[in-house]
Amino acid sequence: MTTGRTGGAAQEPLVSAVGFLCMAALVWWLARNTLDNLDRQGIALGFGFLGRPAGFALDDTLLAFEPAHSYARAILAGLLNTVAVAVLGCVLAGVLGFLLGALRLSDNPIVEALVRAYVELMRNTPLLLQLLFWSAVIHALPPVRAAAEPLPGVFLSNRGLVLPYPVPGAAPLWAGGLLLVLLLAGRRVLPARLVTPARLLAAAGFAAALALAPPEWRVPRLKGFNFVGGATVSPEFTALLAGLVLHHAAGVSEIVRGAVLGVPAGQWEAAQALGLTRARTLHLVVLPQALRAMVPLLASTALNLTKGSSLAVAIGFPDVVSVLGTIGSQTGQEIEVMALLAGLFLALNLATSSALNAYNARLLRRGER
Amino acid sequence: MPDRKPVSLRLLAPFAAALALIAGTAQAGPTLDAVKARSTVKCGVLNSPGGSAPDANGEWRGFNADFCRAIAAALFNDPRKVEFVATTRQQRFTAIQSGEVDVLIAGVTQTVTRALQLGLHFGPIVLHDGQGFLVPKALKVAKATELDGATVCTMPGTTTELNVTDFFRLNKISYKPVVAEEFREVLAAFTAGRCDVLTQDASALAITRSQLPKPDDYVLLPERISKEPIAPAVRFGDDQWQEIVNWTIWATIQAEEFGIARDTVDGFAGSPDPSVRRFLGIDPGIGEAIRLDPRWAYNIVKAVGNYGEIFERNYGKDSPLKFARGPNELVQRGGLIVSPPFR
Repeated sequence: MTTGRTGGAAQEPLVSAVGFLCMAALVWWLARNTLDNLDRQGIALGFGFLGRPAGFALDDTLLAFEPAHSYARAILAGLLNTVAVAVLGCVLAGVLGFLLGALRLSDNPIVEALVRAYVELMRNTPLLLQLLFWSAVIHALPPVRAAAEPLPGVFLSNRGLVLPYPVPGAAPLWAGGLLLVLLLAGRRVLPARLVTPARLLAAAGFAAALALAPPEWRVPRLKGFNFVGGATVSPEFTALLAGLVLHHAAGVSEIVRGAVLGVPAGQWEAAQALGLTRARTLHLVVLPQALRAMVPLLASTALNLTKGSSLAVAIGFPDVVSVLGTIGSQTGQEIEVMALLAGLFLALNLATSSALNAYNARLLRRGER
Repeated sequence: MPDRKPVSLRLLAPFAAALALIAGTAQAGPTLDAVKARSTVKCGVLNSPGGSAPDANGEWRGFNADFCRAIAAALFNDPRKVEFVATTRQQRFTAIQSGEVDVLIAGVTQTVTRALQLGLHFGPIVLHDGQGFLVPKALKVAKATELDGATVCTMPGTTTELNVTDFFRLNKISYKPVVAEEFREVLAAFTAGRCDVLTQDASALAITRSQLPKPDDYVLLPERISKEPIAPAVRFGDDQWQEIVNWTIWATIQAEEFGIARDTVDGFAGSPDPSVRRFLGIDPGIGEAIRLDPRWAYNIVKAVGNYGEIFERNYGKDSPLKFARGPNELVQRGGLIVSPPFR
């Protein structure tokens, strides 16, 4: 027994060394081939191209983008779009998934069956197909000149949802800044839990400032080919978000259901014996325990959703994959572009998973206490 | 041939292609050897009606597809020995760089960036095209400069996308782009009214228009905002293969100059003209230098016809499109199409 273990320990460095050498040889071979191939084709490696003007336009970006801006800014704009879809998608899929999971556990057989049908439909069809479906649904909305106006100033067409939006004047901004300073200072001076006079005063000041300088509303109106003024929620963004949320909410609902069912029946019974209602049992006893089982699975759903957002390229939303694909094709720097893509997604997913891991660790600590 | 990969697979293809660029072992020069060993030419094409698109039987048809067949005819005396590899606009260059295809005949505009930065060599120009705008008649637009504020549908990673940006910037008017990689998605957006304008090379637009449910509801604006010389592309560094592609294209042009057509080529067997005899390989000579059958040019004409026939069949009077030859007429008749002498 002891000799066996020593033998194992002696072999291990050898095995590691051979493994390491094989890896190194593979990497060396790949690198040499790549450089050979690139050299023969006259392609120069390097990230210098990132600073050059992009020359193509992007619409529907959170970060304003003009064709004269650099490739780097285009990538950043695409990345912000990806992050926006991923964050909104994760939150909405989480909320909807929890709701569906709770309904699935309902005693009502019709509700349960409906949710089950939904989950099976969503889980068993490809995400890409669902995205194309939502894109087609949105294309079926009325054209821009026949846009529906469900509320005054709000227009719905197959070019998206156009909304009026307020542009605050200078005064509210100042008031907002002042409020922040007052809140921070007030907290330090008076660590009171409830409303402090300072906060009241600040809020009053803020309200007064708002009243004095009411925000200017940008109201959309049809001019020429499109609506101008107003904020637009684009059809591509909506289709992508709807597709991702509806698809992944099905997965989340199953995670929730599994985790709740995984809590021992004794816990339910004990809570019942204490006279807790079903809702309070769920809230106070079952969910805190179920949450601990859920979080790691939810984390993996969040990662899948983030990666799934890359299918945006198929329906025309300018996410980071689409932007990088275009840049690769326009500049020929495919290897750099692929490296950037891999790096950015890795960073994004590592950030997501470490945030959720931290949350999970906190949950576990709370459980131990 | 079952060349149409599912959409999701095609979306992954750039990654695979980039990997191939990394991992592909050195194939210095002998593309011809690889092609001969394989007995097929791998021809990179786009799914783009008129240029190349599968018909009801899955056979690739179109102007570009015919040039792929011409290469196969020159090499193997069999125009069917082509493997059509469907690429997308974003991934087509990686496909040729990485060796996934031997030649790219995919409506590629010859540009300096693509030649110098992408490591591509361009063959002879097969089509002189220009970018145009297709708009619904209901918008009552007469010229492109009236498109201020319009939403424009196009496809990413193309010169089209760059030209339209330049055009609007130059004329100090604005537009909103909608770009999607799948042409079906772009077309669906255009027909639904998601965008006001569809922009592509004019030849492709005319084809698109002819395939819309109500072609008469749409008008192709008169402006051509760019020059789009369409040429086949091969990898840098294989001169022999480049010459084969070049002279295959030129052979179709030379045949038209001689007045040799698919139906009449056999009648030239007894031609007293020494240059025709040399061209058709009746008097051997010009094939050996590029390791081809002495009758390679004959085989090309017999298989796909001369340049004029290829044009008329796919774009011109023998097609539903009825394009005039315009700049794609032979130089002798006032166009831009020319072949160096076969001597």
